[in-house]
Amino acid sequence: MSEPKMTSLQRVLTTLGHEEPDRVPLFLLLTMHGAKELGLSIKDYFSKGEYVAEGQLRLLEKYGHDCLYSFFYAPVEIEAWGGEVLYQDDGPPNSGQPFITDPSAISKLKIPDVKETPALAKVLEATRLMKKEIGDKAPIIGVVMSPFSLPVMQTGFDAYLEMIYKDRPLFNSLMEINEAFCVKWANAQLEAGATAICYFDPLSSPTIIPRELYLQTGYHVAKRTISRINGATATHMASGRALPIIADLTATKTAAVGISAAENIGEVKEACRGKLTVLGNLNGIEMIHWDRAEVKAAVQNAIAGAASGGGFILSDNHGEIPYQVPDEVLLAISEAVNHFGNYPLDWLVKDDD
Amino acid sequence: MPEIVDNFKNALLSSDEEGASAILDQYLLKHTPLQFVEEIVVKTLDDIGSGWENGDYALSQVYMSGRICEALLDRALPDQSGQRWHKPKMAIALLSDYHSLGKKIVYSVMRAGGFQLVDYGRVEVEELVARVTEDRLEVIMISVLMLSSALQVKEVVRRLSPRSDNLKIVVGGAPFRLDRQLWQEVGADAVGYTASDALHIASSLQGGKADE
Repeated sequence: MSEPKMTSLQRVLTTLGHEEPDRVPLFLLLTMHGAKELGLSIKDYFSKGEYVAEGQLRLLEKYGHDCLYSFFYAPVEIEAWGGEVLYQDDGPPNSGQPFITDPSAISKLKIPDVKETPALAKVLEATRLMKKEIGDKAPIIGVVMSPFSLPVMQTGFDAYLEMIYKDRPLFNSLMEINEAFCVKWANAQLEAGATAICYFDPLSSPTIIPRELYLQTGYHVAKRTISRINGATATHMASGRALPIIADLTATKTAAVGISAAENIGEVKEACRGKLTVLGNLNGIEMIHWDRAEVKAAVQNAIAGAASGGGFILSDNHGEIPYQVPDEVLLAISEAVNHFGNYPLDWLVKDDD
Repeated sequence: MPEIVDNFKNALLSSDEEGASAILDQYLLKHTPLQFVEEIVVKTLDDIGSGWENGDYALSQVYMSGRICEALLDRALPDQSGQRWHKPKMAIALLSDYHSLGKKIVYSVMRAGGFQLVDYGRVEVEELVARVTEDRLEVIMISVLMLSSALQVKEVVRRLSPRSDNLKIVVGGAPFRLDRQLWQEVGADAVGYTASDALHIASSLQGGKADE
């Protein structure tokens, strides 16, 4: 195989600029697989920043993909607020009982110190270690839960939906606190060496709330928050649909969008072309039992739908590949991208002919 | 009739509890609560559920619709009325998972559909198997969000199969929507992709009202 013409970082920046790099960038958004590499349980693996940094570096080497991912687990922020994190042996840690059980507690919330709180400090440590090792060769993708989506874990999903529909002043109070936290947390990760921030915002997806409601709520939250983050963001719908709100997402000034496996990637690409980079949309659940032919078909389909003109990063649909996805599948994805993802996409032109 | 279904659906989609309640009150002047369930509620929730499945509506609308209908039917068809369907004997559970919204939606929709069912809450495999066996259930509805939880259904099936010939295990949740073969791989008897699918599955297994 010939030497790549670009580093991973150059490749990603080129595609984010809506130009074609040397090949389609591949983000294998692996979190728990690093534990396998180090021979640790998931709980032990996430206990130290140095483990996650080492795990991510090994995964980068093993699969030859294009990013380091400093995401630990979704409730790491909840842990910082004093909430409970529940570990399991074969899946991502979950948040336990919501820690806001009484509306009056919202006005008394204290924003965690993002640099001193142990749960967040270990993420920053992992980020610093990765940056020290990788320099400018590959991007480090940090993660925040959007202020709008975080309450699903803070109050519980049902209570939060009721709040959105029935108590807008309380909702606004919570957003003010969450926005302040999110901005500090994102900027601390950028300061530690993250290249960009993945803004997980599944609640804004039309799969979860109607667009009209999004325009009154999550849209404004995203506009205010993203404008205060000192780096590029990618808004991720974590398996939710994005197509009906592509123009709205563009207006929030985010640079990329993580889309659903349920969406036609070609349609999403056309809506995004020249404005938003498409991130997606391999089905992480089906991936568990893909054979090589299925990997090839899925990679080809995504590239055919979205890679022309740049503005595309091949990834999974959820922003976290399940622990059960075997190494062989991940290697096969990487091989397929190296085979079909080289620009110019001659095979695509020939197929069209 | 279609006009009232449309009006009811619009009230639910816009989370207009008062509007939905007024439609029920108007309808009950000439019809029974069970007719409201069969003619209006099931059709409407079906439509909203399939609308979510194909991307026209959002989960929050499914949730709010279910909650509003559940409250309306709790008023019009209280448990002690004897008019709810007690068969098949069933329960719903969140298995080894902490994401309870899906279970709550299905529970509300089942209640709004006139069914009686027990809510086991969040359970691990051991407790679920024990309770299903002890309660001699005919249907257990299992809700999950995490893939690791979905895979636990295999163990539930393995442990329940030898002793419960008449039990049907119905599963639902995101992993089953993303992988349409997964419900068979874990050995479930049926899968629901929307909350109203659960209504139809229960109806198809229904032996009649307990009080009949």
